[in-house]
Amino acid sequence: MDEVKIIEIKKSVFADNDADAEALRADLKARGVYLLNLMSSPGSGKTTTLIQTLLRLEGRLRVAVMEADIDSDVDAVKIREATGVPSIQLHTGGMCHLDAEMTRQGLDNVALQDVDLVVLENVGNLVCPAEFDTGAVRNAMILSVPEGEDKPLKYPLMFSVCDLVLINKMDVLPYFDFDLEKCREYIRMRNPRAKVLPICARTGEGVDAFADWLVEEVYNWKHA
Amino acid sequence: MHELGIVFYIIKDVKKAAEEHGVGHVSAVVMDIGEVSTVVPDYLQDCWRWAADKEELLSGCELRINVIPAVTLCEDCRQEYRTVLHGKTCPHCGSGKTCLLRGNEVEIREIEVPGNI
Repeated sequence: MDEVKIIEIKKSVFADNDADAEALRADLKARGVYLLNLMSSPGSGKTTTLIQTLLRLEGRLRVAVMEADIDSDVDAVKIREATGVPSIQLHTGGMCHLDAEMTRQGLDNVALQDVDLVVLENVGNLVCPAEFDTGAVRNAMILSVPEGEDKPLKYPLMFSVCDLVLINKMDVLPYFDFDLEKCREYIRMRNPRAKVLPICARTGEGVDAFADWLVEEVYNWKHA
Repeated sequence: MHELGIVFYIIKDVKKAAEEHGVGHVSAVVMDIGEVSTVVPDYLQDCWRWAADKEELLSGCELRINVIPAVTLCEDCRQEYRTVLHGKTCPHCGSGKTCLLRGNEVEIREIEVPGNI
């Protein structure tokens, strides 16, 4: 039998990414750029919410958008056409999430000297993006009414890493068995610090509050 | 399918360790994977085989997975329990003030290299 030698490593697989993410956050801080990592399921209304929010931020913040998808550039084109905001598409090449290195590569294509806020629209998925710190200042996620109030129970990690949860599609609430108070309670169980904001991207309900939150966050990041 | 992304991270770390130790081939990688880490061992194995065989250093290299049972501590009654059986609510006192002690690991424990080279 061949002899084997054992080399002990004892290291978390996420350690390198976590270090990359911390370094990226420090760079962004030095440059006065705020990065928001926006996550959700596919079809929760991320792109529509973003368009409505960007329209309300015009003249208040200089924004750029990075759209991450496995393939296609439909979202980046849609955002550019609807809002005029510079928007680039990142392809993850089959991967279900972005990590800090991919985020940094994406940011290399953004004119950071001309922006206050970069919104990273992560791949639509409630599992994997939560595992990888992108280097963002804050994580936000959108949960839409048709998905059901039990999602914080089923995808605990996603809700525990988010600073803000937007509950979208409030206009269809009468047609679904969605208990908003229960949902708030489940989110609190996972993450007592998370702010919860009911919105409707289609009617505009609550979108002003989200825009105001962003303006305040960016101000604090630049001046703290 | 974040298993593929995780496999790329494992490969990166193992390559680094092999370089530091001047190792030309790795015969096994031993992982500690927590029961509630959301990593599916079968998928990890499939992704590993596909990606590892593309690397000279890791061709044919075996991935061994130790599953670490998840244990939660109740902050109220200070008792521990199996997380997968009872979730966030303590089975001893019914409290929801609980925290995960272990079971979330995605760690490379060690690598094995042929010893007589």
